[in-house]
Parts: sequence; C-alpha cells; structure tokens
Amino acid sequence: MTVEAVDAGTGRWSTFRALLLRDMVVLDRNLGEFVPNTVLQPLLLVFVFTYVFPTIGQAVGGEGGAARFSTILVGGLVAQAVIFQGIFRVALPLARELDVTNELEDRVMAPAPLSLIAVEKIASGALQALFAGMIVFPAAAFVPATPLFVSVDWPVLLTLTPLACVASAALGLTLGTQLDPRSVPILAGFVALPLAFFGAIFYSWSALEPIPWLQYAVLANPLVYLSEGFRAALSTGIPTMPLPVIYGVLVVATAVLCLTGISGFKKRVLN
Amino acid sequence: MLGPVPDEVISVRGLSKIYPQQANEDGSALVAVDDLELSVTRGEIFGLLGPNGAGKTTTVGMLTTRVIPTTGVAIVNGVDVVADSARAKRDIGVVPQANTLDRSLTARENLYFHGRYFGMSDGEACEASDDLLEQFRLTAKAHSEVHQLSGGMAQRLMVARAILHRPAVLFLDEPTAGLDPQSRLALWDIVGRLHDEGQTILLTTHYMEEADRMCDRVAIMDQGRILALDTPAGLKQSSSVNDGKAAVMQLWLSRSLDVLLPVDEETSDGDRRQRDAAERALSELVKAAESVGIPLPEPPDEVTLETVFINLTGRELRE
Repeated sequence: MTVEAVDAGTGRWSTFRALLLRDMVVLDRNLGEFVPNTVLQPLLLVFVFTYVFPTIGQAVGGEGGAARFSTILVGGLVAQAVIFQGIFRVALPLARELDVTNELEDRVMAPAPLSLIAVEKIASGALQALFAGMIVFPAAAFVPATPLFVSVDWPVLLTLTPLACVASAALGLTLGTQLDPRSVPILAGFVALPLAFFGAIFYSWSALEPIPWLQYAVLANPLVYLSEGFRAALSTGIPTMPLPVIYGVLVVATAVLCLTGISGFKKRVLN
Repeated sequence: MLGPVPDEVISVRGLSKIYPQQANEDGSALVAVDDLELSVTRGEIFGLLGPNGAGKTTTVGMLTTRVIPTTGVAIVNGVDVVADSARAKRDIGVVPQANTLDRSLTARENLYFHGRYFGMSDGEACEASDDLLEQFRLTAKAHSEVHQLSGGMAQRLMVARAILHRPAVLFLDEPTAGLDPQSRLALWDIVGRLHDEGQTILLTTHYMEEADRMCDRVAIMDQGRILALDTPAGLKQSSSVNDGKAAVMQLWLSRSLDVLLPVDEETSDGDRRQRDAAERALSELVKAAESVGIPLPEPPDEVTLETVFINLTGRELRE
C-alpha cells in the first residue's frame, strides 16, 4: 500500500469518527427530549398493566397472572425501545435533511465514500437504539410492583444486542431514504402501531399457537425476533423461539437492510 | 493528444448530462449539459453566466461529485471526480444555492465539525473556526443557532465553511441570488479578497453585472452549451457595432414584451416558452429590418454583457 493510500484510508475513518461525534453531540444536546421520549411509553405500560390492572382486579397475563406478565414485558419493552429508536432516530432526521432542509449536504460533501457516510448513519442509529434499550431495561425491570424473573444470559445478550441495534438502524436508513417526509405520519400510524401490537411485546410468540394464521403472519414483523431474542437474553423462563432461528433471521435481515439502506442513500444523494 | 495545461485546476472534456426521464415536449430526453469543454487555471475566477435552466447548476453538480455525467470526463485538481469522488471532495468547497447549514449546530459548530470531517484535530478545527468567524465578521454570532442568522450572515457562514479546509477550487452556485444589495456587496468583497489570496473560484450567476465585475473569464451558457468564452472585455469587443445596434433594438423590444408577457418565478414553463418564442421572432424581425436597410438606433456608449448575451441567444437574460 502506498503512503497516500494509507493516508486516504485513515482520513476516511477520521471523517467517519467526526460524523459520529457530531451525531453524539446533537444527541447529548437533545437528551432532555430523548430520555422522556424513550421511557415514557414503557413506564406507562408497566404502570397500567402491572400495577393498576392487578390492583383493581382486572385479569391480565393469563396463567401466572401479573408477575408472569411483567416478566414477559421486560424483553418486549426493551426490544420495542431498540427497534423504534433505531428506526426513528435514523429515518426521521434523514427524510427531513435530504428533502426539506438540505442540511445533510455538508456531511455528504465530507471526503469519504458515500457508502461510509451511510454506514455512519447506521452506526449512529444503532448507538441511539442501544442507549434506548439501556434506559428502558431498568424501567421495565424495577418499576413493576410485582416480582419478575430475570437472569441475564450474557453470551446471548452481548451478541444479540448489537445485532438488534444495527438491524433497527439499517431498517431506519432503508425507510428514511425511501420516504417522502410528508408520509412520516403514515410511518407512525400504519407502520409503528401494527409493528408494536403484533410484535410479541405483550405475549410470547409461542403463546399465539391457538391462532395459527396470526402466529405465522407475525413472522413478517422484525420486532417479533427482537422481543423473543431479548426474552431469551434476559432468561425470563418464558419459552421463546429457538435461538438459531432468531439469530438466522436477524443476521440475514441486517445484511439485506444494510445493503438496501446504503444503496438507497446513494441513489438519493446522487443525481 | 495535448498534454495537461500547466496549472489547470479544472479540466472538463466532452461532459454531458442527459435525463431520459425528464422528456422535453417533443418526447426527446432532456439534455441538461451538452458536450461541455472547460479549462480553469489556478487562481482565476471563472464565471458561468446564463439564464435559469442553462445547465450551470448541473455543471457544478457534476464537478462537485453530486451529479453523475452521462458522458465525458471532469478532473478537479488532478483527480477524476467520478472515478475517485471521495478524494476529489478533499479539493472541493461548495456553496450551493440553498441554505444547507446544519440546523442542529451553532454557527461556530458548523465550521468546527466541517473541519473535523476534513480530518482536522480538535485544536486545528477550533482555531480555523475562530479565525474565519473573525474574518467574516460573525464572531458575535458564534454561538447563535442557524435560524437566528440573517440571509447575508448565513451566506457568509456558508462561504467560510466551504473554504475552511482550504479547497483547491471554491464553487459558488448563484452566490448572491436572493441577497439584499448590501449583503451582495459584502459577498463581492469577500470573493475579491479570496481571489487576492489566490483562491480559484468557479461561480455561476445570472447577473450580468456580477459576471462582469467579478470574473477573469466568463462562459456564456444557454441550453446546456457554451456559446462564448472569453474575458468580459473580450466578449464585449467581439460584439460588432451593428450587432450592438441590433442588440439595443432587441433589448428595447424585449422590455416592451415584459409588459405584454411578464415573466417571473411563478411563470409556467409553457408561458416561458411562449415568451422565448416571441423574443426569437422579434430577433428575426430586427435582423430582417437591418438587412433591408431600415435604420436602427445607435448603440450605447458601452457594450454590456447583456447585449453580448442577446446577440448570442436572440433573447434577454432574465432572472
């Protein structure tokens, strides 16, 4: 390798690091909005489902009652925080900056290949998804009034978490580059809601057995694999899908979404 | 084949951009830039002058790696902008038409992070940002958010950002469009100072006065082609006295057309074409009158770039 090539290579990585630094500075500035935004919905869910319902005697959680339900929720809520923050923290700014304000321009003109600039978007979204998961976990694990059963399976947690975060951010990049900013309300209403309700957050996937068509239909929902995966990682004692299936789907989905996201980004930026 | 011109910073050969999806009325593909040849030498201010839709911005887009040429080669500071766009971007500073400042950052941070993207250390980026804020009289606004800046300040900040990494070429796309007269003068002053420091600049404009005053050389563009390329003085000299008479007549007739068929930003494409057709017809009429010996009014004392443009295209250069 020539000296110039080495120089260009390190130059590109310093550009990558600077782009990431910029995103983290902006996140830090917006923490006052990021934290409540991430934690409010899980807290409300936990409060209503695991405190209010059992206290007023409204049955929830099927066999095993509220304690079992709190346990189911832990993995589901962490998964939900990861996927939604991963998607929205990439897709929403990108759709706006590409189309309405053009403010991505200076970063696109940074001296690095466009694919590396797209990868930075995924890395930045994945980090934000990770923070979201880390904020939601204590809220879901320690707030419920009922006892729950959590013991961390570290090898699964340490491998699944980065995979889940990258998959979510790559999905965000794919959506953000395909999306017209005017259709953002559609993303919130028509994509986020069904994803959440059929994302195995409130029930485990195997519990859907009595409704076979639904059990198979929800397999198209990426959140299902994240919820099941986090339940396995947090060893809640709730049966989950086999781990090879979870990992297999996530690895393939991450690879495909990274490729579609990066090529979508290039198409949007070039003319 | 001729070797490279010494000190050539921009070299463009046979550059075209065709948009097959954006067809013209007759169904043919839109040719935004048509077989362009250009050479810009180090230290000069080179102007692309022409009306909206002439292909100026598409040309800048191709030279700055953002528009992929259909054919041809563009070399900036020795680097092929298509084959090695990541490296080419090191040598390029761009001030686009729209405000592209990062709204999540302050004015100073816009400069600081730009420096970091270009590989500067924290210390270097801080120093360069503070220097430029000072130079561009923006120090008082260093910690302001972008939306708190006036149009002129935002434009100055964008120029500061574009030159922070010391690019080989600075591209200014319609730099004074939409600026108030005072900010326009301030920007001309900045461009003049950069020129004195040896900065190579390629600017696009549809203001005759701007091209005349700022540029060492000017290429007059229309419909994707360069119609003439020379120093402003050279362009004016090449316009003969009779051409001048015809152009003045044409200009008067064009002005009266402004009343009949006014054109502004909201004019539809159809109405614009109608207006262009009317101007061409008038141009033919003037030429016909001239050929049968009808006396035309005397040309003005000085031929302006506007008359040159009318001679070349048969119509007036409009904003």
